[in-house]
Amino acid sequence: MKRLLGASIPLLAALIAFLFGAVMLLAIGASPWEGLKALLDGAFGSADRLAATAIKATPLVLVGAGITIAFRTSVVNIGGEGQIVAGALLSTSVALAVPDLPAIILVPVVLVAGLIGGAIVGAIPGALKAYASVNEILSTIMLNIVMVQLMNYLLRGPLIDPLEVEAGTRIPQTERLSDNATLPNIVPGVRLHLGVLIAVLAAIAVYVLLWRTPTGFRLRAVGHSPDAAKAAGINVKRNITTALALSGSLGGLAGAILVFGSEGQRMVTDGSSAGFTGSAGFNGIVAALFGGLHPLWTIPSSFLFGALLTGATNLQRVLQVPAPIAIAINGIVVIFVVSSGRLREKIDRMLEARAEFDDTPSTPETPAVVEGAQS
Amino acid sequence: MSDFFTMSILVATVASGIRLATPYLLAGLGETVGQRSGVLNLGVDGVMQLSAFFAYWTVLETDNLILGSFVGVGVGLVMGVIYAVITVVLQAQQGISGIGIFLFGLGFSDLMFRRQVGTPKPANQLPDVPIPLLSDIPVIGEALFEHSWLTYLAFAMVPLLAFMLRKTTFGMNIRAVGENPQAADSLGVSVGWTRTYAILIGNAMAGLAGAALVLELGIFQPNLTAGLGFIAVALVYFGAWRPAGVMSGALLYGLVAAVVLQWKAQGIIPRSASDIAAMAPAVLTIIALVVLAGRVQAPSALTRPFSRH
Amino acid sequence: MKLTRHLLRLLALLFSFAMVAAACGADEVSVDVGIEDETPSGDSDDSEASGDTLTMAIVAPSASDDLAFTQSMIDAIDALDRDIDLQVTDGTFVVDDAAAAIRGYAEDGVEVIIAHGTQFGGPLSEIAPEFPDTTFIWGTSSDTQGLDNVFAYYPAADEGGYVNGVLAAAVTQTGNIGVIGPVEAGDAVAYINGFAKGAEDSGDVNVAITYTGSFSDVALMAEAAQAHLSNDVDVLTGSSQAVVGAVGVASENGVAWFGTQANQTSLDPELVVASQVYHWEVVLEEMLALRDGGTLGGEAFEVNLENGGLEIEFNDGFELPDGARDAADAAIDGIIDGSIDTGA
Repeated sequence: MKRLLGASIPLLAALIAFLFGAVMLLAIGASPWEGLKALLDGAFGSADRLAATAIKATPLVLVGAGITIAFRTSVVNIGGEGQIVAGALLSTSVALAVPDLPAIILVPVVLVAGLIGGAIVGAIPGALKAYASVNEILSTIMLNIVMVQLMNYLLRGPLIDPLEVEAGTRIPQTERLSDNATLPNIVPGVRLHLGVLIAVLAAIAVYVLLWRTPTGFRLRAVGHSPDAAKAAGINVKRNITTALALSGSLGGLAGAILVFGSEGQRMVTDGSSAGFTGSAGFNGIVAALFGGLHPLWTIPSSFLFGALLTGATNLQRVLQVPAPIAIAINGIVVIFVVSSGRLREKIDRMLEARAEFDDTPSTPETPAVVEGAQS
Repeated sequence: MSDFFTMSILVATVASGIRLATPYLLAGLGETVGQRSGVLNLGVDGVMQLSAFFAYWTVLETDNLILGSFVGVGVGLVMGVIYAVITVVLQAQQGISGIGIFLFGLGFSDLMFRRQVGTPKPANQLPDVPIPLLSDIPVIGEALFEHSWLTYLAFAMVPLLAFMLRKTTFGMNIRAVGENPQAADSLGVSVGWTRTYAILIGNAMAGLAGAALVLELGIFQPNLTAGLGFIAVALVYFGAWRPAGVMSGALLYGLVAAVVLQWKAQGIIPRSASDIAAMAPAVLTIIALVVLAGRVQAPSALTRPFSRH
Repeated sequence: MKLTRHLLRLLALLFSFAMVAAACGADEVSVDVGIEDETPSGDSDDSEASGDTLTMAIVAPSASDDLAFTQSMIDAIDALDRDIDLQVTDGTFVVDDAAAAIRGYAEDGVEVIIAHGTQFGGPLSEIAPEFPDTTFIWGTSSDTQGLDNVFAYYPAADEGGYVNGVLAAAVTQTGNIGVIGPVEAGDAVAYINGFAKGAEDSGDVNVAITYTGSFSDVALMAEAAQAHLSNDVDVLTGSSQAVVGAVGVASENGVAWFGTQANQTSLDPELVVASQVYHWEVVLEEMLALRDGGTLGGEAFEVNLENGGLEIEFNDGFELPDGARDAADAAIDGIIDGSIDTGA
């Protein structure tokens, strides 16, 4: 009974969030009931739509699993957008350079290229933090900006489709990428490509890495307490760099999957990272945190957000409501659901009347500032 | 080509850098106060977009720039109350709820714009107000003392906030709850209320930043900030949680952007390199931090909800 | 008590909230007007689905009221002399989202679907063959990818750019003209290159071009305009949605402005000299006529000055110097008869 009450709180929160969304729909003259139907139909209405939801979730799973590695090592990674772009650019360049390799070789090659591209862009803030004390929130945000400009430079210059130059239209996109690099479908007759499977396997691999290997142990030890890890002979700096490189590599893999799993079959920019990533670099963080920073829970959590995103596209199409309303509702859902977490804990605690469980990590020594507070 | 070092160009470039820096500074200062109390707000960008829209709409309807600025602050305060409920009362995870606020702000401001205004319409812009005497100083006067009053306010806030954080009881309480909330609590400081006020100050300033941005331009567009709020958060880390440091970061960022634009206009930077040049503010901010930074300690309790058990 | 003190302080804050509410409340009147402007279809769905109403849908990368690329197409559809039930999915740059929307409309049985973005070509080559009875209209592109139920369209943006450039050379007094663009790619390049050539062909003027690196950073675009002004520029033009900020700078400094993609006179009724406007309806009408005759696609159309798909719309509120209008008309004639090379 008690447990039921606790578990119902996040659901209740989601319900309230959707009520807010319903009010917004009503306010602009659309039927909330039709809205919900369109949302669900868009996300789950047919095999293809279910597949679209899974494909939308794919980069979120990868970015989310990557975020988990970073956060478990106590480093923040807000550079998902830049890392996705880096992986996409490197894998695209490779596919353009060796388009004629057979698919069985080219597909793994472009995926590895994505991993490497993301790892490089992830390792930079890692090394900057470890060896130059540059805060990683600052460097990852700044690198996002750098990568967008690099993408614009490459796609309107060295990587542009020669036909675009010839025709004078100069759309910043590559030529049609080799069919041999396209991710194959895994279910006949449904647009569900290999990337989905890879993402799930990658999330499982992250779980194994973090909790079943010495590397993972070291990373978590650094995350738990850098000082204790150092005392135990762990190279803290190298592990911080490794964590962000690994985190970035999964973002890069997501980038490669976005390019070679896309129906567009080429890379194109609108000058912003969101135009390519669909903001997966940010949504992946939300999915990871929502999944409690556990790589396996990131999978269903990403699927949920993937459903919300594909459902929202359908909502706009069917009800003819402006697209931003879906973004606003997404925000409200995130806020309500995340707010309910602690409330649930509190209620659990009150019901069980068992206090003294401290889940906040211990704070280091008390700084002098506190003394000042008294005066 | 080498016209860059003429006085009028230098003056125009510095003035442009200061204009660009203003919204970063306002938002960054607000975020500094919040983070000093232990609360990370990644939703700054969303708050700015909301306040920018409402400030713009107000000015469009009333032609009253002062009312518009106040509305910007008011929207910031409302979002502050919401964020305080989320992070202080409900103790939600700060990073994720901030992204929720960002998404809401991005979507809702766009929605409101489409419903209420539709297509970009010009509204009154903030006038430049030369400061008597100071603006008469040759060269410097024109570059530094002929700006809008929101720009002056932004820079005036730097010493004010530094004083507040360093010398006043309220400021010390903010730092105390950001460093060691348990200790502060045992000394009778209300952690919840102190953080709530810090959040309100932070969001009000983010609101003012949104108003400053939109009223300087005189026009609104969906996603007006284009990620400005996230850069402002990054600049807090650049400034090592000190108002003067945040100001240096904002000025560095704004001035580098202004120099790049000036060099592009003069053809010093070839067009083929325009994207590469656009990276300059971000890259130089990182390099500056590598060169300048010593070991800085973040507020110990940053992002940690507080509850007394 | 402590609590009351805190509550009193919060009350003060709520006062500010009330102020915001009051500000919003004052504008409540205008709400209804706003609503009528929008929601082009919605309700008409059930009442008149049959008969000779044509069902159309558009999937577009930016907002339908962007005063630029997407709005030009929405305005064109409104201008068609037909009974049309239009559905809009806008702000969808991400290719796979757009693909889902295009496919969704096709599944719903919409007769004509406009994919208003070059990048939508990839999915279209898969979707179009799946729905052979649907007409897809795709641009900007100069070919149909060999699909016989796809029409393509593209603008000769350099032509209008050239004419604007000729006018700019006539308007400038300092001889310095500033151009701002987002990223050196796509439509913007054609317009800007045409503009520069037009200006330089018609006088001893200096054209400075800045690409900011962002389509959406309005503030950066405004400061790019400021940087031009500090170099003695007295005529500005630019391409992308973010130029709205630069028009503000032009207004503040009394500098002439040239628009493109949509008529931008509304941004400053005194200083906008002329705008190159896309009249896609010219080619849309041709496509729909072909469709009426049983041809569902397979042809590409260019909008240009000759077929009226591009038009230079002058602002009567701006007084042109003597001879400027004649020079512009001469340029238009020259482009149409092929005697002028716009440098595309």
